[in-house]
Amino acid sequence: MSPYEAILLTIITASTPLLLAAIGELVVERSGVLNLGIEGMMVMGAVCGFAAAHVTGSAWLGVITATFAGIATSLLFGLLTQTLMTNQVATGLAITLLGLGLSGLIGSGFVGLPGVKLANVAIPWLSDLPYVGRLLFGQDPLVYVSISLTVGVAYVLNHTRMGLVIRAVGQNHASAHALGYRVVAVRYACIAFGGATSGLAGAYLSLVYTPQWIENMTAGRGWIALALVVFSTWLPARLAAGAYLFGGVWILGLYAQGMGVGIPSQLLSSLPYIATILALVIISTNRRLSLINTPASLGKGFVPDR
Amino acid sequence: MQLILEKRAQASSIMNLWSPVLAIFLTIVMGGLIFAMMGKPPLTALYLYFIDPLTSWWSIEEVLVKAGPLVLIGVGLAVCFKANVWNIGAEGQLTIGALMGAMVPVLWGEWQSPLALLAMLCLGALGGALFGLIPAWLKTRFGVNEILTSLMLVYIAQLLLDWVVRGPWKDPQGYNFPKSVSFEGWHLLPIWGDGRMHAGLLISLLAAVLLFWIMRHTLKGFEIKVVGSAPRAGAFAGFSHTKMVWFCFALSGGLAGLAGLIELAGPIGQLQPNISPSYGFTAIIVAFLGRLNPLGVIFAGILLAISYIGGEGIQIELGISSKITQMFQGMLLFFILMCDTLILYRLKWISTKPNQHSAGYI
Repeated sequence: MSPYEAILLTIITASTPLLLAAIGELVVERSGVLNLGIEGMMVMGAVCGFAAAHVTGSAWLGVITATFAGIATSLLFGLLTQTLMTNQVATGLAITLLGLGLSGLIGSGFVGLPGVKLANVAIPWLSDLPYVGRLLFGQDPLVYVSISLTVGVAYVLNHTRMGLVIRAVGQNHASAHALGYRVVAVRYACIAFGGATSGLAGAYLSLVYTPQWIENMTAGRGWIALALVVFSTWLPARLAAGAYLFGGVWILGLYAQGMGVGIPSQLLSSLPYIATILALVIISTNRRLSLINTPASLGKGFVPDR
Repeated sequence: MQLILEKRAQASSIMNLWSPVLAIFLTIVMGGLIFAMMGKPPLTALYLYFIDPLTSWWSIEEVLVKAGPLVLIGVGLAVCFKANVWNIGAEGQLTIGALMGAMVPVLWGEWQSPLALLAMLCLGALGGALFGLIPAWLKTRFGVNEILTSLMLVYIAQLLLDWVVRGPWKDPQGYNFPKSVSFEGWHLLPIWGDGRMHAGLLISLLAAVLLFWIMRHTLKGFEIKVVGSAPRAGAFAGFSHTKMVWFCFALSGGLAGLAGLIELAGPIGQLQPNISPSYGFTAIIVAFLGRLNPLGVIFAGILLAISYIGGEGIQIELGISSKITQMFQGMLLFFILMCDTLILYRLKWISTKPNQHSAGYI
């Protein structure tokens, strides 16, 4: 394998959890809900996925468990914000704090235990093609899941009736309600979808990226995914580009550390966070770009009249 | 029959007081269930967690020492959240405040006078305030969401601290441990009791009382409440939203920075990679549990301090992971938000039978 292939492969590995978490949140925000709890749902996915895989020995069971852990955590968020009308910002923070604590408690028995790695795809002949074989046909399955999800979300949002309803609910929930759409139900479904992809993103960390359980192993990725959604101006294609760009920054720091350049390792480790802030500044400066797609009802609760 | 939420004509002031009590009760019940699920005796565990820390003077002191930074950061955040400004990066502001204040003992170690301590306190507050102003500036100048930037800055601040204590500010005589020189003399806060209670606690108390007075009796306090609850009305009244964002971040950042410095000059006594058990994040819960009211924050700070000490206690006594603390804290915030629904809404049973009076319509 040539070095350029190796670098591209690691970039994709670093980007996939960001893309998975962000594509779900994109749908959630398109439906007008701001779920700041990605970090919490992700870390719950990571620990439950690891635990299930470790106990059963099957990485796939881990992936499925992680997805459901993400959904369960997101439904807690849904219950509070959609049914009990709590503040979405504060509730998202609560989900993150709860998720970090609960995952630590669940994971305290799993620290340092060997994990199960999700095997890479191997297609005879295709995966062995020179230069592009590993890159296109030999990744782990979740990479393909993340890309299909992105394409699927783009298609559903822009070309289907379901997507139209989701966008209508996010743009103007009062009108959507008047037209007879069930605003709260649509939002619950979107929140659950966001939970599922965040759970998958967590599973990616504990079953592919570093197949073990480390406390707080999400390391702020959930927050970076949130920033990515803003950066993408709520467009799936731009989201994917942003995710790979960020994965690149993450890996750039790691490689520079490995090569021993004379820059403190802490500065290199902080690159993704600095890049996130810069990206947000750049995108926010362009008001037209950032306002054009912002769901008008983002973060506002909806109580139907009786 | 179906249970629904019905909006109250006006916010219930009774529920505003009872909601945190209900939330604490639910947290305790849920906590007991979790202990039982883990195969631990629930009542013993709950006693060790919530009551035992208050049964000896030694642990009461420990609770107060932990409550100090929580209250100091919590009152700042309470004002922020009241104004609808979301600073969730207090942990980073705490870190930078501690770093700035530590300049005095590390760089000018010979300067021993009460003024040195005063300079440390001022530098701590200044560092936190300046660091807090970064998200404020990004928000008001470029329109960047302050939640994301203030949180990203936490990671950056912690990495900066890590670099400083492992690099330029490492104690040359420290056997290569990642620690600065130990603070001495006037670089430490005055202490009393058996040596753990320190003057920083007075600063926390003072800050809470002062902010309570400002919120209740000054124009600034009124402005904060108006801008937070009715931004349009605030704009018509001539209150500047930009200035409010800057004020809130400078205040909460400054208090967080001060809290960080007090931790260094009080219980810790030197700069090290870990200076706070997530005080900056726990203070968010403190602010909400304290009803965003500076005096309420004092009680909330003490309760969450108990959760730290209780968590350590049951770790030793029952062998439960100390992560239980963070879970209890998250659960508490969760239940507070849930119970707060009852301030604006009331629960009501309605009949699900088709309403006969409306049969003629549509």
